[in-house]
Amino acid sequence: MNDRPRTLAFYVLAAVFALYVLFLYGPTLTILVLSFQGPQGGLTFPLNGVSTHWFSRLWAGVGVVDIWAAFGRSLRLGLVTMVLSVVFAFFAGLAFRKGFRGSGALFALAVASLIVPSIVVSLGIGLEFRLIDDAIKAAAAATGWSFLQDHGTAMGLYTSALGAHLTWTLPFGLLIMFAVFNRFSPAYEEAARDLGASGAQTLTHVVVPILAPSLVGVALFGFTLSFDELARTSQAIGGRNTLPLELQGLTTTVTTPEIYALGTLTTAVSAAVIGVSLCAVLWLQKRRARLGLVKA
Amino acid sequence: MTDLALPAPADAAAPAAPGLRTEERRRQRLAYLQAGPLALVFLVFLAIPLALTLMVSFWEYNEYEIIPAFTLQNYRDIFEGCLNASDLCTTARTYLSTLKLCALTWASTLLVGFTVAYFLAFHVRTRTMQTVLFLLCTIPFWTSNVIRMISWIPLLGRNGLVNDTLMGLGLIRAPIEGLLYSDFAVTLAFVHLYTVFMIVPIFNAMARIDRALIEAAYDAGASGWQTLWSVILPLTKPGIAIGSIFVITLVMGDFVTVGVMGGQQIASVGKVIQVQMSYLQFPAAAANAMVLLGAVMLIIAGLTRLIDLRREL
Repeated sequence: MNDRPRTLAFYVLAAVFALYVLFLYGPTLTILVLSFQGPQGGLTFPLNGVSTHWFSRLWAGVGVVDIWAAFGRSLRLGLVTMVLSVVFAFFAGLAFRKGFRGSGALFALAVASLIVPSIVVSLGIGLEFRLIDDAIKAAAAATGWSFLQDHGTAMGLYTSALGAHLTWTLPFGLLIMFAVFNRFSPAYEEAARDLGASGAQTLTHVVVPILAPSLVGVALFGFTLSFDELARTSQAIGGRNTLPLELQGLTTTVTTPEIYALGTLTTAVSAAVIGVSLCAVLWLQKRRARLGLVKA
Repeated sequence: MTDLALPAPADAAAPAAPGLRTEERRRQRLAYLQAGPLALVFLVFLAIPLALTLMVSFWEYNEYEIIPAFTLQNYRDIFEGCLNASDLCTTARTYLSTLKLCALTWASTLLVGFTVAYFLAFHVRTRTMQTVLFLLCTIPFWTSNVIRMISWIPLLGRNGLVNDTLMGLGLIRAPIEGLLYSDFAVTLAFVHLYTVFMIVPIFNAMARIDRALIEAAYDAGASGWQTLWSVILPLTKPGIAIGSIFVITLVMGDFVTVGVMGGQQIASVGKVIQVQMSYLQFPAAAANAMVLLGAVMLIIAGLTRLIDLRREL
């Protein structure tokens, strides 16, 4: 069918697609433009001059909210989530390929993690940590052990919030690993084994280099989904908020283009991560083809 | 999200010699070790929390604390007055409002998602172009949802671009008030955020359709519409089902989009749970969460009954 001339349907569908892309990117581009609003400008068009006024206001801090601390927390949590997602999903992918008893149940659990509403997951984790806190406090009262007496809460960025983020990023990572391993021939590993490589050597010198582009893909999901996560974090974060949570709060209180400047900044971080990931994938694929690892 | 099939074990041959059996056992142990961290995460942060939520939903509470004593009161509170057919109870009204948003969003994302996926799969001719356009559709998925929501403010606001343009053209005299902070705005934001969840599985299902089938339909004299309706659509059903499950569960449990785009004025099930959490009424929130989970599972069960997902995959 590829040699037939283009029909009218093609042009209509192409127009629909173009409109969809405009719908997808248009609004974000609008706030990108409006974040350079002049000092007298408001939340809507027209532009009252062009300035970086709102970015410098942002740099100085948004009212009582310490936006830069939240930014730092989200960045660090995103990086930790990214690393753990790649490692856990990669090894789980290997295990699923070998096959093990209970693999069906674990897969069902991973899928459930995607489709159970985020607010339910978040509430569950919040409750779990509250019950843990209660148990620790009860233990402290019962035993009188001094190291338990000052217990505040077990909830935090790298406990409950990290767990909540992993329930969202790991299913995506696992599904990517499935798709990848379905197309990955065991012949490469067998060849390595025949040449005398140990299991660990086969992994580091054969499997990981061949799968590197896909692992970058898992990392991309891991970081960006965590950096922007909101619903699952909401009840599982404890005292100090992540950036998306602060942003959600600001939507009701900030009525200046400062919030657009913040939006431009977060989008820029995401865009940079996406750009770097895609470039890394392209570079790894080129290198792979050049080294003759896999037929391009 | 692209390939839901479980990968086949690399070699499933039954071990014969005892040496092979110990080797097999070693492989099994290694597999458990490798899957362990992932299993632990889902156990500690999904399975146990859900079990605890179920447990706490039967507990009593007062203003200060939750009390581990069995009661059905939390569920009774949810359904209070719901047997009265003439006057809808709060819970029924909240669910109706959420279901309405859900249906509107589902229909819109399906229509848009199917069209876009169809264009990508059957009208874009080179693999490279397909990949580029596909990425173009997915990139926003990796950026902030809240930012993508507030980016509608300059467009839909009272003095926004849409109202200004319509007034400039002389089509309306006064700005339309209900563009922002309304059901319309919420649905628009949902479609904006979640159409990607339809595009990806539908495109994936379409990409797997044997092109010879399309050729055969064409040779047998089917028109473009007939091919679409009788060949492509039935073969795309699993993709549609997966996309629908994603969109429906995302919308049913949502409280952020409804909050931001609805100006904190529109009721939704997720919002009820969030508000109860903020008042520290954990057992009540837990009971509501269980009812929501049950409702979502019912919808998914209905969808998977329509289409035998496991067979289709």
